[in-house]
Amino acid sequence: METLIPLDYGTLRVIWWALLGALLIGFAIMDGFDLGVAALLPLVAHTDAERRVALNLVGPVWEGNQVWLITAGGAIFAAWPLLYAASFSGFYLAMMLALLALILRPVGFKYRSKLENPRWRGSWDAALCFSGTIAALVFGVAMGNVILGVPSGFDPDTMRPVYSGHFFQLFTPFALLAGVLSVTLVAMHGAALLAWRTEDRVAARARRWGARAALLSLALFLIGGFWVAYGIQGHAITSLVDPGAPSNPLTKSVALQTGGWLRNFTIWPAMWLAPAAGACGALLTAILLSIGRAGLLSFLASSASFAGVILTAGFALFPFILPSSSQPAAGLTVWDASSSHLTLWIMLLATLILLPIVTAYTAWVYRVMRGKVTAESIDTAPHAY
Amino acid sequence: MIDFDVVNLSRFQFAATALYHFLFVPLTLGLSFLLAIMESVYVMTGRAIWKRMTMFWGSLFGINFALGVATGIVMEFQFGMNWSYYSHYVGDIFGAPLAIEGLMAFFLEATFVGLFFFGWDRLSKLGHLVVTWLVALGTNLSALWILIANGWMQNPVGAVFNPDTMRMEMTDFAAVLFNPVAQAKFVHTVSAGYTAGAMFVMAISAWYLLRKRHIDLAKRSMVVAASFGLAASLSVVVLGDESGYLTTEHQKMKIAAIESMWQTEPPPASFNLIAIPNQAERKNDFALEIPYVMGIIGTRSLTTPLLGINELVARAETRVRNGIVAYETLRHIRAHPDDQAARKRFEEIWPDLGYGLLLKRYTQDLSKATDDQIRQAAFDTVPNVAPLFWTFRIMVTVGFYLILFFATAFLLASRGRLDVSPRMLKIALWSLPLPWVAIECGWLVAEYGRQPWVIEGVLPTYYAASGLTLADLAISLAVFLVLYTALLVIGVKVMLRAIRKGPGDASDPLDPAAPGVPGRIPLQA
Repeated sequence: METLIPLDYGTLRVIWWALLGALLIGFAIMDGFDLGVAALLPLVAHTDAERRVALNLVGPVWEGNQVWLITAGGAIFAAWPLLYAASFSGFYLAMMLALLALILRPVGFKYRSKLENPRWRGSWDAALCFSGTIAALVFGVAMGNVILGVPSGFDPDTMRPVYSGHFFQLFTPFALLAGVLSVTLVAMHGAALLAWRTEDRVAARARRWGARAALLSLALFLIGGFWVAYGIQGHAITSLVDPGAPSNPLTKSVALQTGGWLRNFTIWPAMWLAPAAGACGALLTAILLSIGRAGLLSFLASSASFAGVILTAGFALFPFILPSSSQPAAGLTVWDASSSHLTLWIMLLATLILLPIVTAYTAWVYRVMRGKVTAESIDTAPHAY
Repeated sequence: MIDFDVVNLSRFQFAATALYHFLFVPLTLGLSFLLAIMESVYVMTGRAIWKRMTMFWGSLFGINFALGVATGIVMEFQFGMNWSYYSHYVGDIFGAPLAIEGLMAFFLEATFVGLFFFGWDRLSKLGHLVVTWLVALGTNLSALWILIANGWMQNPVGAVFNPDTMRMEMTDFAAVLFNPVAQAKFVHTVSAGYTAGAMFVMAISAWYLLRKRHIDLAKRSMVVAASFGLAASLSVVVLGDESGYLTTEHQKMKIAAIESMWQTEPPPASFNLIAIPNQAERKNDFALEIPYVMGIIGTRSLTTPLLGINELVARAETRVRNGIVAYETLRHIRAHPDDQAARKRFEEIWPDLGYGLLLKRYTQDLSKATDDQIRQAAFDTVPNVAPLFWTFRIMVTVGFYLILFFATAFLLASRGRLDVSPRMLKIALWSLPLPWVAIECGWLVAEYGRQPWVIEGVLPTYYAASGLTLADLAISLAVFLVLYTALLVIGVKVMLRAIRKGPGDASDPLDPAAPGVPGRIPLQA
């Protein structure tokens, strides 16, 4: 069976590392603005009519956007089962918090406008704001903890994941910075969409809050960069790596060094494009929104910034995907945490066939739903939120 | 090493969240298809009433869909959260259908469900119809992939254990895909969903007819639902039997437990209509038997014997003993990875490794397991008989009742007399919960009947849980309890309100809720 696969195991692992990144960036860009609109709801939309404008902007598309997260979850399970097992159970209560946020979202979108009662609507608005903010915060805090290394390892006899931390240890200053950065990024992104595709007061407030969020993102991203360079230990594999070896994270040795996460950028200087996109994208978004030039360009700038920030983290960590603080040699890397050669290959084929189809019909749906959302357009739509 | 309270609470949490999620899924499956049918009639005939029907049932579909989506996310995350060893042990196989489900099915249904609601004015008639069919296709594809994953838990084909990675790895994707258990389960489950959708439309339409509201819409809806429901309920039972037949191929123990059949009987075995199983003494305290029936259903023959629980336990004991050898060989390979002779031996005996793991409950050192412990581990392969026996019978009884119900409704509908019998309308209204009763029982038979295995013969459930603390589980259970109860109350409230409000369109002159008609019911509370 194995001999029939045209790509070797090591190459497939790198491809799946890239695909995981692509799915996470897809989630951030597509669902990020849904989370951002929900998080910004009380700030950009004050009256009920304004809130309905904001919600109906994402109403037709947020459900499809959320599937980027679900698919990323499924892809981690299928392609990186050790990562899925160790991180989802290790971050148990944080995952519960994210789930709480994600459960409230569909119901909030769908049920909010079913009753006219202001208390009903107010409660759902609060729930939606909570869901957007908390989901983004938890994902950011989780990412921050991955950069710091998590206290997880494996029992050598059974390969059972072992985790020695607890919930409150997740909220260290650096992880909180990453969490807040994640919130300001979704806020910037949601505001960029609102400023582009709504009118009047909602658009004006979105420009203002979007510019603030973009500048804050830029500042937090730069502080985070210096922190990683001077205050955080990066991991490096010091033993010989066989990219085609069976997935076993317990056979390597790992050294820790402050600023070590910047090593890849020295080896491959082209990687600096990622942090550059992260910073310049946010700056451009802030400028465009401040001078009132909100449109497709500012939305793309915001998307580039979001993608750049995620890529920066991915590049810095490579080849690690879940470094361990308690047992550094048991950290998960691209070379020792994947599923089998055959599974990676079959999943690659499935992705190559299906993802272009998904992209094509998603683009078509966005084309059908193009144009500005106004209070009038909502009154005539029978199923509007 | 393993905290059994955490394991039991994790099992409870998974079962509770799955059963809850499964309240909404069948309705999504059934209603999406009914919507596509109604809208097809609209596009073919051009009659506005069919568009109103699609939009009205579509709005109820949306209320249900939101809860299905909300509770579905939980399901995907829980494997990693509560069953981390499971995720490591079988993620190589089990993860693939889940990821493909996202790519092929979730994207499709979730992307187009937005357009279904928001696209009425932006799409051509035909364009919107295509969107509706794509939503129905997406929900059904989703069921297909999740049942391929679930079918593999019941019948783990196309995979071997790899001693280097300490997990199961895929060797044959086609075998996983065309797993006969998965195929039978798919048809059985989606048919049950169609039946639930049909019952939902029947019951609410009956309520309107009893109150003489929205008569035109309700009558037409009932005709569609009666025909669809009859086909679906027949398919559930016919293909349910198929699924029972396969169970005897792959899961003899489950069928023996469902039948509370302790001893192997001379073929063809009799069917226990009623029994009081006694698990401790391994016998029935009471049984009312129908001769021959079980043997014929179970084996499709008069001469093949069906194995009883006690004989299957004896077989399991042999496999537990082989499992010890497999486990010790595996340990040897882990210590001496270059011993090719040991690897060769392991290739022969790994299929019994899971049976060896059953012993880990009693001893850490399998080589020192006593005969008592081995016998106990073998007896652990018997699922809890009484609940299986009874849930199965409830499911089957409801299944046959629903065939009778839909057949009667279909006959009345074909003579145009469905709305003239208040008794039939009342029966339709009160039968509403029955498909859900059968469906939840069906889940219990399939999944509780799989115990003690999470992967049949490969991985015991208790061995698959995450190393969480009791506090973790207490918090997550409390969150789910509060949140899910609140969501159920809110969901039912919003649903009932939408039903009471009705389609509310001026184009129906028979509709008392329409504006301008005397006796109009106010739309806003």
